[in-house]
Parts: sequence; structure tokens; C-alpha cells
Amino acid sequence: MAEMYYWEAIRRAHDEELANDINVIVMGEDVGVVGGTYKATLGLYQKYGENRVIDTPISENSFCGIGIGASMAGLRPIVEIMSINFALLALDTLINAAAKIRYMSGGRVSCPMVMRTPGGTAHQLAAQHSARLARLFMSTSGLRVVTPRSPLDAYGMLKSAVRCNDPVIFIEHERMYNMREEVPDKEFFRPLEGAEVVRRGTDITLIGYNLSLQLCLEAAKRLEKDGVSAEVIDLRSLKPLDRETIRRSVEKTHRVLVAEEDEASVGVGSEIITTVIEECFFALDAQPMRIHAADVPVPYAENLEKAAIPDADDVYRGALSMLGRA
Amino acid sequence: MNAADQKRLLREMTFFRRFEERAFEAYMEHKIGGFLHLYIGQEAVATGVLEMARRGHDYVITGYRDHVHAMKAGAPPREVMAELYGKETGSSRGRGGSMHIFDPNAKFMGGYALVGEPFPLAAGLALACKYKKTDQIAICFLGDGANNQGTFHETMNMASLWKLPVLFVCENNLYAIGTRIDRSTAVTDQYKRVCGYNIPSSQHDGQDIEIVMDSAKKAVDHVRSGKGPYFIEYLTYRLRGHSMSDKTAAYRTKEEEQQWQRRDPLKVYADKLKKAKVLTDDDIKEMEREIHEEIENEVIKFAENSPAPRVEELNKYVLDDNPDPRWIGPLQNTYQ
Ligand SMILES: Cc1ncc(C[n+]2csc(CCOP(=O)(O)OP(=O)(O)O)c2C)c(N)n1
Ligand SMILES: [Mg+2]
Repeated sequence: MAEMYYWEAIRRAHDEELANDINVIVMGEDVGVVGGTYKATLGLYQKYGENRVIDTPISENSFCGIGIGASMAGLRPIVEIMSINFALLALDTLINAAAKIRYMSGGRVSCPMVMRTPGGTAHQLAAQHSARLARLFMSTSGLRVVTPRSPLDAYGMLKSAVRCNDPVIFIEHERMYNMREEVPDKEFFRPLEGAEVVRRGTDITLIGYNLSLQLCLEAAKRLEKDGVSAEVIDLRSLKPLDRETIRRSVEKTHRVLVAEEDEASVGVGSEIITTVIEECFFALDAQPMRIHAADVPVPYAENLEKAAIPDADDVYRGALSMLGRA
Repeated sequence: MNAADQKRLLREMTFFRRFEERAFEAYMEHKIGGFLHLYIGQEAVATGVLEMARRGHDYVITGYRDHVHAMKAGAPPREVMAELYGKETGSSRGRGGSMHIFDPNAKFMGGYALVGEPFPLAAGLALACKYKKTDQIAICFLGDGANNQGTFHETMNMASLWKLPVLFVCENNLYAIGTRIDRSTAVTDQYKRVCGYNIPSSQHDGQDIEIVMDSAKKAVDHVRSGKGPYFIEYLTYRLRGHSMSDKTAAYRTKEEEQQWQRRDPLKVYADKLKKAKVLTDDDIKEMEREIHEEIENEVIKFAENSPAPRVEELNKYVLDDNPDPRWIGPLQNTYQ
């Protein structure tokens, strides 16, 4: 067991899956010679060669399409898009093709490919590098969307994503690549589906995913000092969504707060709260709450960026106010 | 080419024509819904090019005008018709319809509605062939209009850069719906547009199937020999409207249509074979009678009598219906 950075965990999953199955290939901008913008494929070009770790030109829609076409013919491509903002150029092939081919063909053709990308706000990168589009993919039938919260999940879920037979949108976060966690040396897999209760509590349910899950955990620690027992749920998979785990938790705590880095309008939080209302409205003792980004393109100035994006303190205060203790 | 093959090719093209004319009738009777794009007038291109490919071996992909490409690649006509009828026995189990015929047994990897989207998919199929070191190639048929999409340029670049075994067939029928090519496209000779990507290319008459075959053979050989992609352009004409509702009068003249009627690929080939004494008018009559019977008794009857998909199976085929729990879950250590 060794501590691993998030990026190292992703890199290890790539390495093992490339070694395990000759049909696995990696494609993307600067994934080869350079080893990836966030080092996710460091050294793999040197180890597996240019036919398996492919540097592509800056043509997101078409290199995703090439990955999709290759997957239809039996390969298992892992396609990296440098930033989720650039995935907007690939929405045609991802949403009109990859998500629909299995269905349109009556189950006769499938697209076992993974599109990995960092999605989130980091270090004053400003509006065009700070998109959070999880909700966009989450609303598309035919895709799986996963959002690993830590190195351990990132490693285990990427390995599962490569082996699963569906197109998987695998969303990482710029501010998580240097997060560290113990990861067992022995190979393991983490399932793509299922929300996880990562901290047990009785007074309120805090729901997050990816970086916002970390905010929930931090807030829960502070709440404990105030005598509040917060349960924390990691969604892990945004599509399909684990409604059962959410329901059971809210039936116990009677209060729910969803934290997301996205703008709220038609966001992940809207969907989760709707789920709660549909599943267990009468269990609620307080109005549900969303902690989310401001409804603005993400600004550059440090103070403005900070104000636009939720942090652990926002989650903490939100929870207190729900409990009538703010 | 021997006479038997020549007769067979005329029969195939005639079959495709009658198949689509019959689909048109069924559409008018409301037995077929959605959009229906007929290939009438262009049959020599798909028939001739795919005659030079290896059926069920080479990958084939195209846009929404896909019935003939699918059938020539090897999709059973009755399954294609059943798909148009939205039946469970259809090529895509009634989930795709006219624009989305799929038949992986024939390596026909689909019809796609998004103009230009098949370019990268074709290159991906070709990348897999090259990667696995098979002798397969991928053949992508698209219209002139598709060449104005970004995917055209992006894909030509990568296909050439990586020397992918892909043949791009441009069916230049001079129109993208109602926009004539010179009103949308700065360079109207499409084969010239790939020289910026170092892809060899050529332009040919698409109405004479033997010309199509000769030129396609060279292109297919080039691609299969590992020299990388080839772009081949055929000048052709869609004799009907873009889809069922299009009346064509707004954008092209009767004279132009009549001129191309004279170059109808069925007529061009029948005249040629009659002149060469390969067949007579009586032979053609007999062939037409056989085709009519086949379409009515095998194709239409099958489509009519097949069951519709079950509504209980609406949610089938969205994701893998039998996933491996090791990768999917359920998650073991969750809520107590
Ligand atoms: C991305 C996209 N834009 C627009 C359309 C609408 N549309 C369907 S077919 C077509 C014309 C395509 O012309 P061409 O590529 O020449 O093919 P043809 O129909 O002539 O065979 C257009 C604009 C579409 N289906 N997809
Ligand atoms: Mg056209």
C-alpha cells in the first residue's frame, strides 16, 4: 500500500489496462511524447509505442469520432480531452454518435470507449477554461457519466470504465490531480454504478461528487465540532443515478443539501433534489438546499473567482442554516 | 467482364430501384414514417464501388441515404424493408429507421443523419483494421454537401497523417437539399479539396457502372495495399427530391432533370448491354417480373407480417443489457 496522487492513480490504471488488453489504445492531444497535460499517461508512449498511445491533432470532434469508430470495430479506446471546455467541440460525435449507436442499431453495434477529461474550475483560468459540464452529459441517454472523488476511486473506476461495454464519460478535476490517498498495490476494480455513503451521520445528508464531495467531507468535520452529525454521500455515478442510496439516507436524516461546482440552473443538484422529492418528500423536515456556483461565466480576478465557486465554508454554513443554527 | 456478371449487376441495380420505388409507395400509404431519402439515380455508385470491395469483410458506412449501400454490402433486403416499416425484424430492430440501417454481419456500420459525422467514424474503423493488421478497409460514402463540415477537414488530415486504410467516396449529386453546389462551395470539383492533405484523388462519371467499377478498383487496391486513404468523386444526380416532401422545382429546372434522366444509370447500362447483345428487351421484361415478385412476396410480405417492437422493450439497448457486475456493480460496501 502506497500513497498515490490522483494523476498517478489514473496513470497506473492506463498502464495496467494497456498491459492487460491489446485492444486498449489511448488517444488525445499531447498524451504521447509529452505524457499528458496532467501526466495521466506519463511514460506510456515510451512503454507501449506510438500505435497504442496516439498524439492527435487539435480536432476534438473528429478524434473522438475516430475513437468511437475504432470501438465499433473492437478496440477499447481511452480518449483524453485536455479540458472539458474543449469537449463542447466533440458533442456531435459523443452525443449524436457514441451515445446512440447501440440503441439505433437495435443493440447490434456498441461503442466501448472512455472519454476522460478534467472538468472544473482551477487557478484563475477564467471563463473558457472553467466549464463544468457534468450536467450536460448527465442528461444524455446512452452514456455513463462517472466522477471519481479520490485516487482510489479514480484508479478502480477507470479500470472498470475501460472494460465496460458502454461509452463512459469520465470526469476528473484540475484541483484534484495532486490529491493523495493510500491505494492498495494489488489490482482492484471499483464499480461504475452506485452512490457511496462515505461518512455516516444522522442529522443531515450532504451530497456531492468529485471535488464537491471533498467540500462536503470538510464541512462534515466542522459540523461535528458543532455537535451536528452529517452523513455524506458520494454520487460517484451521475448516470445512471443511484436513487435508492439517496432515499435511504434522507429517510434517516430528514434533511438534504447538494453541493456542486456547477451553476445551479438545470444542474446536478436540481436532479438530485427532484429525486428526493419524488422518492421521499414526506421524510423531509426542511426545504432541500443547493450549494452551487454563481450563475456567471467564471471570472478571472482571484477574489471574483473565489466568490463564484462554492467552497467548504459555503457547505458548512448552508448546513447550519438548514438546521436553524446559523 | 463476363456477361453473367453484367446481367447480375443490372439486375441488382434494378432491384434497388424497384425496392425504393416500392418503399415510396409504402410511405404514401403511411406504412413508413419519418424521413425517407431515396437513392434513385445514383445506384451505379454504391453498386459499382462495393462490387469492388469484399462483402462482409470491408467496413461500409454512410449518411442517411443508406438503403442501397446497406443492401449491396450484404444486409438482407427484407430486413431493410422491415426496418423502414419499424418492425422488430428490421436491420436495427425497428429502433433506427430509414436513416439508421445497421448490419454488423455485413460490416455495414450504419447510416447517420448528421451530415459529415461518418467521416471520423470511418477513419476509426480503418484505424482498428490497421491496428489489428487485417487486410480490411473502411469505405465511407458521403455527399458533396458533407465536405463543408469540419469533420471532413479534420478527418482527411488524420487519415492521411496516419495512412489509414479508408476510401472516401464522394457522391457529388450537385445539390445539398436545395442548395446547388456552386452556391455553397468555393471549389466545386470535390476531388481537388483533399490535395491539401496529400490524399490522392480522382473524379469520374458516376452514371456508368463499369466506369465506376474500373475507377473504384484502382482506389480500393490503393487503400488495401497500405498506401493510405484515397478520395474518389463521382458525378451523379438524385432523380427524386431530397426526401419525400421536396418537390425540386424551387431550385432546379425541368431541362436539367431531363438531361440527367437520359443518363439514368439503369438506362445507361441496359442500353450498353443490349447493344453488346448481352441481353434483349425480353430478358429485361423477365428480370423485371422476377424482381417484382421477389419484392412483393419476400420483401414486402416479410415487412408487413413482422411484429412491431414490444413496448415493454422500450428501454432495451440503451446500455449493455447484460453488463458484467465486476465493472458495473452494485457497490458492495454501501448503505447499512
Ligand atoms: C449536421 C447537419 N446539418 C444539417 C442537416 C440537414 N441536412 C440533411 S441532408 C442535407 C444536405 C446534405 O447534402 P449532401 O451531403 O450533398 O448529400 P445528399 O443529400 O445530396 O446525398 C442537410 C443540410 C443534417 N442532417 N445534419
Ligand atoms: Mg449532394
